[in-house]
Amino acid sequence: MTREVTRALGWASAVTAGLALLILLGSRKLEHFDAALVAYTFSIVFATFGLTYRYTMWLSRPPTALYWRRGWQAFLLGGHRLRNARSWFARVTLDVLLNRFILRRDRLRGLTHLLIMWGCTLAVAITFPLVFGWLHFGPVPGNLSMYQAVVFGFVAFRFPHDSWVAFLLFHGLVWASFLVIAGVMLAMRRRMREEGAGAVQRFAEDFMPLLLLFAVSVTGLMLTASYTWMRGYGFTFISLLHACTVIGTFVWLPFGKFFHVFQRPAQLGVSFYKDMGRLGDKAHCRRCGHAFSSRMHVLDLIAVERQLGFKYEIPGSPAEHYQWVCPPCRRASFAVAQGLLWRDQRGGAPLSQTHEPQAMPAQANPGLGSGPLGPEDAENFHP
Amino acid sequence: MPVPETREFFLDASRCIGCQSCVQACAECDTHKGQSMIQLDYVDRSRSTQTLPVICMHCDSPTCAEVCPADAIKRTEDGVVQTARKPRCIACNNCVLACPFGVPKMNTRMNLMMKCDMCYDRTSVGLKPMRASVCPSQALAFGTREEIAALRPGARPVNTFQFGAQTIRTKVNVLVPKAAANEIIDVTAAMYEPPLGRDLLDDMSEPGRSPA
Repeated sequence: MTREVTRALGWASAVTAGLALLILLGSRKLEHFDAALVAYTFSIVFATFGLTYRYTMWLSRPPTALYWRRGWQAFLLGGHRLRNARSWFARVTLDVLLNRFILRRDRLRGLTHLLIMWGCTLAVAITFPLVFGWLHFGPVPGNLSMYQAVVFGFVAFRFPHDSWVAFLLFHGLVWASFLVIAGVMLAMRRRMREEGAGAVQRFAEDFMPLLLLFAVSVTGLMLTASYTWMRGYGFTFISLLHACTVIGTFVWLPFGKFFHVFQRPAQLGVSFYKDMGRLGDKAHCRRCGHAFSSRMHVLDLIAVERQLGFKYEIPGSPAEHYQWVCPPCRRASFAVAQGLLWRDQRGGAPLSQTHEPQAMPAQANPGLGSGPLGPEDAENFHP
Repeated sequence: MPVPETREFFLDASRCIGCQSCVQACAECDTHKGQSMIQLDYVDRSRSTQTLPVICMHCDSPTCAEVCPADAIKRTEDGVVQTARKPRCIACNNCVLACPFGVPKMNTRMNLMMKCDMCYDRTSVGLKPMRASVCPSQALAFGTREEIAALRPGARPVNTFQFGAQTIRTKVNVLVPKAAANEIIDVTAAMYEPPLGRDLLDDMSEPGRSPA
């Protein structure tokens, strides 16, 4: 067993044990634990183990480990903490909560993701505390027309059992399923109609999560329909079916597409890393002499490439390492190397060296959609 | 459906005439609508008309995928290194800076790396990639080795490249003269070599060809 696996197993065990302890504490030594939900609880505990294991293994990869470390360094950089806290709040609001970057990719995709994301978030916010015994509802002793919500053993609030608050709360998972089903429908429509999506999609990666979410939502609605309008017809069977779909989804969490929920926050660390890079020195291409990325990023990539076993060092060259060459000069070197081989057949003479260093390659069409795709490309490709 | 093994991509940058057909055609691809993934550069804009088209070479061991902290770049079983998985890409720019051929682009507004995936929507159903279907000079060609040998009898494909001490093998081939002894194209050895061509400044200085 490698060191990484041992460490990942250790973290997974510790986090799972921590969750188990919280379940014991939050449910007041299982006093408020709903035994009917025990299968759900165990599937979440399993998912917690799997997610922590995978997350720790993911963090042990050299580039991920570096970004993790650098992201925190950048966020906690002395003299910038207040500004970083403000940026963090703005980025979490715009990119995480409002999915700004997905809406920019495609508005309908953005809407699709917002529906699924908020539907799932609402469902998790309701079910997890319930199945952990952290939250339960019950009639107020001595006043059967009132209900109370008990959180971690403490009464949080009370409401009349026939009020609109009660209606909204007791049907919380119904509202969540409406959001999820609408999102899944839009996602399925795109996957069935768009040729681009159709070319690269995979069943396990792209359809399985949608099918699972759909199954969970529909079987959940069937339960509501059964006890509301059908006098509980088939309730036992439907509840078993619903349990199977939910447990299947939780068990699938660490392995499939849902893992991106836990990977994605790394984007925040990257944004602070880029902020830190902009404060420091630029890297200068050792072929054309022009500035491109941050020097810190180039140095970090050299370290990562060495850890990964790449040998981009160039012995005897003033460049020293290929990472010090900007992307346009890499492309130019590639073409020049091939062109030189054709010299005897196709003629031409080497253009005289009029200046040192080499001329900077320029993009033939720097226009919208054809050249750089944003300010970072403009900096790295310096068109 | 995988890209047929018998059909390969062949790049001969020195035949490029800079017409930008590939740039425009690439933007038609369904997997990255409206955004061209071709990198078409002038080698030395002030003195030469030479242009160079660079596409993803689909490395056997892709550096872009290895340095990706988010595991967002995957290589299919048929050897196509696909553009970043949208849910995973965290827009760190590692791939843009690490690719030895300088291929990936970063769409900053979308927080998404984008690159050529060999027109997977077309090649996986037996069609030519857009760029190869429009290139008038065969700088970009797609077909079987036999077809290329018949079209270009003086050339042969090479798919191994040297970058300093690092050797990279690719799915895409580069055409070199049949007579050339090279089995490997040493890119970094040519890094400080001037490009071949005819200097525009020489043209200007010839009698009777003054810009005035």
